[in-house]
Amino acid sequence: MPAISLAKAPQPAATDPAQIRNFAIIAHIDHGKSTLADRMLGITEVVEARNMRAQYLDRMDIERERGITIKSQAVRLPWRSGLDGKEYILNMIDTPGHVDFTYEVSRSLAASEGAVLLVDCAQGIEAQTLANLYLAMENNLKIIPVLNKIDLPAAQPEKFAKELAKLIGCEPSDCLLVSGKTGAGVADLLDQIIEQIPAPKGDPNAPARALIFDSVYDVYRGVVTYVRVMDGHLSARDQIQMYSTGVRHEMLEVGVISPEPVPSKGLGVGEVGYLITGVKDVRQSRVGDTVTNFNNPTKTPLAGYKDPKPMVFSGLYPLDGADYPLLREALDKLQLNDAALVYEPESSAALGFGFRCGFLGLLHMEIVRERLERESNLSLISTAPNVVYNVKLDDGRSIIVTNPSEFPEGKIMSVEEPLVRATILAPSEFIGAIMELCQQRRGTLLGMDYLSEDRVEIRYTLPLAEIVFDFFDKLKSSTRGYASLDYESIGDAEGELVKVDILLQGEPVDAFSAIVHRDKAYAYGLMMTAKLQALIPRQQFEVPIQAAIGSRIIARENIRAIRKDVLAKCYGGDISRKRKLLEKQKEGKKRMKMVGRVEVPQEAFVAALATDADIEKAKAARK
Amino acid sequence: MSDLSFYVHIPYCVKRCGYCDFNTYTPSELRDGGTLESVSGDYIDAVIREIDIAHRQNPDASVPTIFFGGGTPSLLPPSDLGRVISSIRQRWSLNAEAEITLEANPDSVGAAKLRELRDVGFNRISFGMQSAIPHVLKVLDRTHDPENIAMVVEAARGAGFESVSLDLIYGTPGESLEDFRTSVNSALELGVDHLSAYALIVESGTKLATQIRRGELSMPVDDLMADMYLLVDDLCERAGLTWYELSNWSKPEHQAGHNIAYWKNANWWGLGPGAHSHIDGIRWWNIKHPTAYKAALFADGSPLQESETLTARQKSDEAIMLSIRMRGGIPLSDLSEEQRRKVAEYRQSGHLDGTAWEAGTLQLTPVGRLIADRIVRELVV
Repeated sequence: MPAISLAKAPQPAATDPAQIRNFAIIAHIDHGKSTLADRMLGITEVVEARNMRAQYLDRMDIERERGITIKSQAVRLPWRSGLDGKEYILNMIDTPGHVDFTYEVSRSLAASEGAVLLVDCAQGIEAQTLANLYLAMENNLKIIPVLNKIDLPAAQPEKFAKELAKLIGCEPSDCLLVSGKTGAGVADLLDQIIEQIPAPKGDPNAPARALIFDSVYDVYRGVVTYVRVMDGHLSARDQIQMYSTGVRHEMLEVGVISPEPVPSKGLGVGEVGYLITGVKDVRQSRVGDTVTNFNNPTKTPLAGYKDPKPMVFSGLYPLDGADYPLLREALDKLQLNDAALVYEPESSAALGFGFRCGFLGLLHMEIVRERLERESNLSLISTAPNVVYNVKLDDGRSIIVTNPSEFPEGKIMSVEEPLVRATILAPSEFIGAIMELCQQRRGTLLGMDYLSEDRVEIRYTLPLAEIVFDFFDKLKSSTRGYASLDYESIGDAEGELVKVDILLQGEPVDAFSAIVHRDKAYAYGLMMTAKLQALIPRQQFEVPIQAAIGSRIIARENIRAIRKDVLAKCYGGDISRKRKLLEKQKEGKKRMKMVGRVEVPQEAFVAALATDADIEKAKAARK
Repeated sequence: MSDLSFYVHIPYCVKRCGYCDFNTYTPSELRDGGTLESVSGDYIDAVIREIDIAHRQNPDASVPTIFFGGGTPSLLPPSDLGRVISSIRQRWSLNAEAEITLEANPDSVGAAKLRELRDVGFNRISFGMQSAIPHVLKVLDRTHDPENIAMVVEAARGAGFESVSLDLIYGTPGESLEDFRTSVNSALELGVDHLSAYALIVESGTKLATQIRRGELSMPVDDLMADMYLLVDDLCERAGLTWYELSNWSKPEHQAGHNIAYWKNANWWGLGPGAHSHIDGIRWWNIKHPTAYKAALFADGSPLQESETLTARQKSDEAIMLSIRMRGGIPLSDLSEEQRRKVAEYRQSGHLDGTAWEAGTLQLTPVGRLIADRIVRELVV
């Protein structure tokens, strides 16, 4: 076998760059990346067969369950080429597979010279994979097209080879065929990585420059920073410096992942490994930043560093107000490992105390919420997500609005909202349904291309606000689950936007205010007033529910006054029972929120804020 | 000498009505396999043993009221019921004005039996009329012929009962407001002294609950129930029966003294399986099944199932919960500043009587009585 034992393989800090190949794998979540990675760990024998477990590299439970790789890693794989018989070191750099983590993907790609484009040959390429492929091509990476799962009966390698060839500009015959499951073609793939992907180049004598492409918080070790050395070298005894912050750190440990961490003397040009400095927060070790030597720092950082910018905001509130400190703790803990998560306390008359949180996008939001609930055992209510608006007033001032309650009253000159360029891939039979959905969401068609005879790529500009709330669910349900979506931010544009308030007996309920397009204000008002009318119990007086833009009422429903709330019988044997019921109701009343004089059960807020998908999920959980 | 009222539970019925979840048993449900006549004597023996316990604990009370409820007390031979009354009479002072009530099913009594019942000491009788409308009675699973009501009321008067009462149920599936008007009017036309009207409650585990769950029947909306309540209140008041408790109306001097004891948190002892008692802030209740109840007493033991000693808070909650149901209401002086503030808006909304409030009492108006529990929640939270 062309595997090389670790002891005999070229050692870290002593490997000629000519022997190194750094590659990323670009794949959609269920296209078999983890299984292929497992297979690579197996045939290169870095993991002994008896220690092998499925999805070896995916560490968090949530990743394993949802099949999503959120945090990437880099594994050093020694391999003797079957083509030239020489020894090589392959660094497999894993990439996150989702739309919200485009920036992290771009840094993983920047750490590589080539990429394996892995596509399930029963499904074809998906929108996010396509987006990442374009990103890799823009970075001048050598692309190796690979069709996976050739063992499946539904495999259509010819069809999808044509599709990939057209996208990359190669011949269908250039596509490698593998099966992560059976191992077929995997050794050949490793040989082709060596053959086709160029070796890293760099100046070993220059001041050290290493690219941070990932940064993970570990409870025992603090932050583990994954780097690719571009120039110079990092050694275990160095003091290092983060270029963007200028802060000096002691190097506690440097090493490579194989696939467990193995300390080394250092890392040389082209090498990929990890650093541990005792830092406790991933914000001090940011993806995209340049690590350099403190005593001999570089003057020119690596290009492409960006601060993560939250795009979507939502209020998160504990269902039980007493859990507020727990939620704060949980967010603090999560932030150690999530440089993109931002939050600040906010309070809502309807929901109590909570936090306004900023996320990279929808999935990021969903993952954060799920982790908070799961890891800290919290039950949360989240307000409808919104984007960031730039409101310009007549007096020339502008206000950044991340919460509808900050939307200014009075004279507004213009409101700008973020736009995205969305790419949707789907079977061509769903073109009509997709276009209809995008039109409803204020989309502008940019173009459409056939990837193959029956698959299309549709491109739209859409306001981000239109896709943050249930767009993806609707897209999936109108295409029987076949469509995939990717989007990228393309800046702001002016929109006809208004704030719709929902009033209960004349009192606005902050949790239900929304910034929406003028044409949709009426529909939103009708929907919310009807929902609340059904959810809020009758009170001793009539309660009007209104939707309003400023002082103009656009929709109205009434909750009629309650007329009967009494048990007719109360004799000797009923008294204890009735008193106990009363004691229970006392507890229930504590969970009521007062909006002016109106008592609203918390469940009504939760239900009113739920999306159709949430409701489906809740139904499924009950079954 | 303090007062001690008695409730006597008779846990037997010929058949179980579809809406009923009371602690009662039909002959087919009894383990002994006997007839009602054969279990009766035995059962009354057990009740008398419990009377002995009551007497040991409260030797010096006077007894203002006795109430026989069920079940269907009128099913038992009058002589057996009379044994209970005389046992109480032997042990405590029971004056001539003591109110002794029997709940009766119009089907199970005739003129002769009513005379016997009067002779053993009953002076007040309450018939379960429920409705005058056959389709309503059918849904309720009641067996009596509505025509019988006039007959038994007449017979009760003839037998010398001093106070005659009828019970009505409203809000039965399929019952219209007009149906209910007919029922109330036919009750009032009989010139009864007292009327109780209860909104139908669907208790879980009953046949009615099953029929509703299956969609065979559906409950009327609350608004119709509210209209029915306001209707019965109005018709009673016009007929000279005034409300003295949420679901009870009477001619002057014909209020049910026994029930008032419950609402005023007086001392009362419940005899029989599952019966509740209250004496000086302690509540307890008996073993539920008649067989187990009898076994405990015949083994010289106590039939007590469980008891609770009320905290000050529980006592004040109960006082609010009970007294608000009565015409006398709650003296404002019993309420804190905050409690008064909390319910002030119910004055504006017409749920509390303004004149009574000015005079220092929280008294519910007819629409206020319909949301009494809601107002109680404001007062106790």
